[in-house]
Amino acid sequence: MNVLNLFILIPVLTMISIILAKEIRYVRVIAAIGMGCQLVLAAVLIFTYLAIRRAGNTDEMVLTQTLNWFPSLNITYAIGVDGISVAMIGLTSIVIFAGIFASWEVSDLTKEFFVSLILLSTGVFGFFISLDLFTMFLFYEVAVIPMYLLIGIWGSGPKEYSAMKLTIMLMGGSALLLVGILGIYFYSASDGGPLTFNILQIAKVHIPLVVQKFFFPFTFIGFGVLGALFPLHTWSPDGHASAPTAVSMLHAGVLMKLGGYGCFRIAMFLLPEAAHEMAWIFIILTATSVVYGAFGAIMQKDLKYINAYSSVSHCGLVLFALLMMNKTAMDGAIIQMISHGIMTALFFALIGMIYGRTHTRYIDEMGGLMKIIPFLAVCYVIGGLASLGLPGFSGFVAEMTIFVGAFQHADTFHRIVTIVVCSSIVITAVYILRVIGILLLGPIKNNNFLSFKDATWFEKISTVTLIAGITGIGLAPLWLSNMISGSLSHIIERLTM
Amino acid sequence: MALSDFLLMRNELLLTLIAIIIVVAELAFSPQKQHKIVSMTLWLFFAITIAGFIPAAKGVLFGGMFHNSELTILMKNILNIAVLIVFIQSYSWIKKPENNYKIAEYFLLIVSTLIGMNFMISSGDFLMFYLGLELATIPVAALAAYDRYKNKSAEAGVKLILSSALSSAILLYGISMIYGSTGSIYFAEVVPRISSNPLQTLAFIFFFAGMAFKISLVPFHLWAADVYEGAPINITSYLSVVSKGAAVFIFTIILFTVFSPVMAMWKDVLYIISILTMTVGNLFALRQQNMKRFLAFSSIAQAGFILLGIIDGSQFGMTSVIYFVLIYVFSNLGAFGVVAAISNVTGKETMSDYNGFYRTNPKLSLVMMLSLFSLAGIPPVAGFFGKFFLFASAAHQGYYWLVFIAVLNATISLYYYLMPVKAMFINKSDSPIVFFRSDGMTRLGLLICVAGMVVVGFASAIYEYIRMLSFGG
Repeated sequence: MNVLNLFILIPVLTMISIILAKEIRYVRVIAAIGMGCQLVLAAVLIFTYLAIRRAGNTDEMVLTQTLNWFPSLNITYAIGVDGISVAMIGLTSIVIFAGIFASWEVSDLTKEFFVSLILLSTGVFGFFISLDLFTMFLFYEVAVIPMYLLIGIWGSGPKEYSAMKLTIMLMGGSALLLVGILGIYFYSASDGGPLTFNILQIAKVHIPLVVQKFFFPFTFIGFGVLGALFPLHTWSPDGHASAPTAVSMLHAGVLMKLGGYGCFRIAMFLLPEAAHEMAWIFIILTATSVVYGAFGAIMQKDLKYINAYSSVSHCGLVLFALLMMNKTAMDGAIIQMISHGIMTALFFALIGMIYGRTHTRYIDEMGGLMKIIPFLAVCYVIGGLASLGLPGFSGFVAEMTIFVGAFQHADTFHRIVTIVVCSSIVITAVYILRVIGILLLGPIKNNNFLSFKDATWFEKISTVTLIAGITGIGLAPLWLSNMISGSLSHIIERLTM
Repeated sequence: MALSDFLLMRNELLLTLIAIIIVVAELAFSPQKQHKIVSMTLWLFFAITIAGFIPAAKGVLFGGMFHNSELTILMKNILNIAVLIVFIQSYSWIKKPENNYKIAEYFLLIVSTLIGMNFMISSGDFLMFYLGLELATIPVAALAAYDRYKNKSAEAGVKLILSSALSSAILLYGISMIYGSTGSIYFAEVVPRISSNPLQTLAFIFFFAGMAFKISLVPFHLWAADVYEGAPINITSYLSVVSKGAAVFIFTIILFTVFSPVMAMWKDVLYIISILTMTVGNLFALRQQNMKRFLAFSSIAQAGFILLGIIDGSQFGMTSVIYFVLIYVFSNLGAFGVVAAISNVTGKETMSDYNGFYRTNPKLSLVMMLSLFSLAGIPPVAGFFGKFFLFASAAHQGYYWLVFIAVLNATISLYYYLMPVKAMFINKSDSPIVFFRSDGMTRLGLLICVAGMVVVGFASAIYEYIRMLSFGG
């Protein structure tokens, strides 16, 4: 059996076991074991993939498998991976594993919480292994809908409003996407072949430019909503702020990347000429995302809002880099996806842990946490430094590559936009250092805080897993970059056709 | 008539037999034993539903008035399954003491409407079609007024009979124009003589308006909400699923056969009507607090989505319509089943009564959630597949803006489908509905619905089977 099927099978089995579990304490253990298997499986997948490539296989996708599903419509269950999706699967399994430990103390409706969380991750895994637009879309929706319950039931603050806003906006995005997918499907026979949902086959077809230009905005914006494309990013700050810790982690860490992944894998890859023609519109929008998100983060006082806006900024950078459409920038975009995914998950995990102790997320009300909970504080500093792009962490590798790539475009428009976007580095440094200064250093403002205990064992597992991820990429970016660059060249080839 | 001719009409004849048995049983059983009719009818109807799956011969009877094919049998089977679920779900309600003296009526009326629907689907000319349609409509008015001592129920009955009489009149007028201009009422003979001359255009519009009443398309939907709210829940679910499903089937067949020469014309009409129906249905559903009204408006909006499949006019479109109706049967009956179960035990029908329901009755809440998700078109339940194929059928004809409006409407509909979910799962309540254990039949009914919602989507064989039988231009 194809190893990729396990990525769906294991979560499904985990969910079933959780539902059947008799006692609540087993639930967490089952979830942790299940997602632990998933993490191991992801590692196995990475090595398998590298081995396949070393053996000289240069196919666009490997480990492929196709099963007919709705033969009359040519809908198939088609799976396969390339370097990029392998990297995304790795990211997802790290974040979900850390997420399980970060939500160790969920006590209300525990079973339901873990089932929804794992259902969400099933959708994400399914999305990354799919090669068929129909199944991709199916998994995309599976990933979005549990979010409503997760935020609505276990969230905080104005959770009902945020949950509804997030769900409706993301579903609105998927509505646009559906139009795009159907358009691509019905024009996939432009060269006289059969209608197909299979990405690899569509990529061989030349869809007329007029058609491409009609459907590109639908598809790109459809995924862009999930990737927090300005001005459709507004669900993100509210949603992330209200969501429970693990959900913020998974959402900012993985789901927003799913948007970016979809943007290039479907919108740009399948409609390349339109992508070239219309890129400028989206470059302006994404540049706005980057700068606006960064300024937004400066203005916020709530830790989660700061991080949510920072995610808008960083995810904007991902989309910006993708639209540069050259190898260096896109390389950077993928590394940024992975790096930001882990980093933001770390942030949200830490914020959740800090909030669990202080019961406030306003930075003004806290201070001197470094003296009280040094472990968590140091982790926070590591995350912060990675976020502002300090060499040695993943953020630096990603942003450096992106900006070098963006500068390869010599025309005025690209230059100006790139310079504007570069300014976000400085702004990012401002809000990160400000938070670290007020929150962690500074005097202890509240004497009740003195009684806090530092990280528990499960919190340590959660944070250490994530930190290992960022430093791993930061110190040895080459293995990641090697893995994705081969696959990326297929996409670049099509984009520069 | 030879035996084989009887076999062609076996569905209709068996149903008639049941109707007669019910009448005889009511006369034979003493008032204390009337409730025995319930189990008897259930078993008989179960037998008929199974018998429907025995392969039958194709054929034409009465010189073309009645025809039977695999497609009509499929449609009849879908209706049979739906009615069986309705019967199962109404088991505990009909056994309540206050209904004791009118048990037979309930079953008799439903079975006779079903006979009408079967004739309607099998009709080969407008006369048979009209007969079937009336037989399928008039008893429904009596059903709506089933709780006749309740004002709302009586009102529902009167509203239904008046509006359906009006719509039948309009429809009949349209048919008479067709007869006048083509000289025939047989579908096969009418087709070659249909064109878009003014008289036949008018005939089509009248016919369309009449059918739009039955399917409750905007702007002919005004009766629906009041009738759905006034009628007892089980009858509302019957109205919104079976009556509507049957009307959709025959509407599709007639558009695809009789009116196929003027396809371009009816596509334009459907384009506008489907946008109107989805949008108005959705906007009204947004504000509903009563669960029955809520589901009523949601089913109006669903009818708008169904038009997306019909507008395709091809085999793919018909497949999508039938497939969607099949899924809609399970989803809508699932939702109505839960509402009925709650209403039977507690009498509560308002959305705010559902606050905190998950904590007291998790299983019912889950069924409700799945049904609503299926109606909203969220995977992995079957509604997703149904909606996706409907949208794809409209896109098949290049109506991408229509698809766009439809998917936006689907997003709006998600908002209100999430409202009961929010009430049950998220909202807290000081006095939630206390735990109750619903009776075996209710659970069986819901179990069938859940199984349907899960299986029909993933099992592509069902889709392919429907596709094989469908036709279109």
